[in-house]
Amino acid sequence: MTNAIVSLKNISHFYQKNQVLNDINLQVHTGEVLGLLGHNGAGKTTMMKLILGIINASKGEVEVFGQNPSLKTAISTRRKIGYLPENVKLYEQLTAKQVLTFFARLKSVNSTQVIELLRKVDLYSVMNKPVKTYSKGMRQRLGLAQAFLGRPKLLLLDEPTVGLDPIATHEFYQSVEMLRRDGASIILCSHVLRGLEPYIDKALILNKGHIVTIGTLETLREKANLPISIQTQGIDDMLEKDTLLSPFLVSPSILNVKDKDKIATIKRLVSYEQLSDLHIESPSLESLYQYYLTENMPINRIEAV
Amino acid sequence: MDPILTIAIKEFQDGVRNRWFISITIIFSILSLGLSYYGAIISGELQFSSISSIIASLSSLAVFIIPLITLLLSYDAFVGEQESGTLLLLFTYPISTHQLLLGKFLGHGLIISISTCLGFGSAMVLLLMQSSLDNIIPAFSLFIATAILLGLCFISIAYVISLSVNEVSKAVGVSLIVWFFFVFVFDFTLLAMLIGIKDGLTQGQLVNVMLLNPADLFRLINFASLMTEDINGVLAVAINASLSLYVLILVMLSWIVLPLLIAAFILRRKTL
Repeated sequence: MTNAIVSLKNISHFYQKNQVLNDINLQVHTGEVLGLLGHNGAGKTTMMKLILGIINASKGEVEVFGQNPSLKTAISTRRKIGYLPENVKLYEQLTAKQVLTFFARLKSVNSTQVIELLRKVDLYSVMNKPVKTYSKGMRQRLGLAQAFLGRPKLLLLDEPTVGLDPIATHEFYQSVEMLRRDGASIILCSHVLRGLEPYIDKALILNKGHIVTIGTLETLREKANLPISIQTQGIDDMLEKDTLLSPFLVSPSILNVKDKDKIATIKRLVSYEQLSDLHIESPSLESLYQYYLTENMPINRIEAV
Repeated sequence: MDPILTIAIKEFQDGVRNRWFISITIIFSILSLGLSYYGAIISGELQFSSISSIIASLSSLAVFIIPLITLLLSYDAFVGEQESGTLLLLFTYPISTHQLLLGKFLGHGLIISISTCLGFGSAMVLLLMQSSLDNIIPAFSLFIATAILLGLCFISIAYVISLSVNEVSKAVGVSLIVWFFFVFVFDFTLLAMLIGIKDGLTQGQLVNVMLLNPADLFRLINFASLMTEDINGVLAVAINASLSLYVLILVMLSWIVLPLLIAAFILRRKTL
């Protein structure tokens, strides 16, 4: 792919003498959703600030929509970017409508979009109430509406689901999905991995300023070669006696098999007439994350997609 | 809409929602009406005092209240946004740092200016309706205009404070220290130098030193326009040095512009 809208070349960054990013190379293409994963202090937020042009890289080159985003002349680039910072408190004394109108004016966005977005994030009915009266989930949805202003071509979301309950998290990701369908590229930074998997195309795992790995989830699974979990129903007794399958058993009804053994195992399982159900689960994002951080494989050993 | 105006409107809305606007207006109204109407009670009279003593009393009180109120209004202009994360967000918007600074200044300036006009203006209207004193409009106009300038000076100073610290609590502390310095320490030091040190300061030097304090400038401008027999102490000596009103106002304006330039410098280099 050549249509990279974000390009980081050999980026290193220091805060005083502390190196927070080390030789980062990254490209994000049109319509792609990148999950930027790592522990607190891994360098995720610094990477976002570089892409947003808030800070200048100590070394290397940052390009967003073909321009250095930190330049004063990058006004047009900034109009195309939506950003939701971590734990932002959006002017709590003002109403949601006032807050969104303020940001819309700064971006020269038509005020009709304010109402449209308030409806989309389900805050229309409370838009004239002060933000301080909102729940955490409502505030986060307002933050997302702010980030959606002007239909950005690049959306950066920093820890967007921290503090949200499962329902609010699901609703949040559905809103993100909506923008993705409109063709925007999204960089989603999170250390909460649960529920993230269906919404990202590519994952980048960052550890202490280094890229540990980057690629599609399929690629990461292939490289990690972690076992696939197969859950069965109705054949527990038989599995224990089956000399071919019993070595893979991790519990009376669950088998962990490597990808190469998957088909053979399934064929053998379905040969049992008593088998009433079968559930196959690929390695989760959480287990991949854990694996790569433990292995700490350098990027050049893994082919980025 | 222009980003400066957009930010100014938001700051004004914030001020109204926070009840700053109404509080400042009420405080100024109570002060000015009380001093104008009941000021003479202290001397045993139940009538309006002379316009010079009303302005003198108002100036003496305003010089404490206005810096304190404006510092409290704007000390968290930047550090508050930094703590809540909105400053970082604003930096990603297509606006420049000077637009952000000027927008905030315009918004806070509007709150102080309108509150001052309404608050102190109410006393002027009362005096115009119920007394036969002379020179009410010119004396009050100068007082209100300089009160606004004093407010603007301390908004600029508050911005420098707000941009120089990283915590709201520190900004409060530093603002109170700055207020205490300009309204108490500075004048006590001057007085000590005048009384304690023989030939310590000439009249000219005294005025030059007073130019370094916007609160003193405010008093100088207002008291210089009154009869000097109402004024005692350091100010009486300084007023006799008779610096032109325009020079004093110009110096006061520079007390607005210089801190704003420093604030702009810090904001441009601010890393979040």
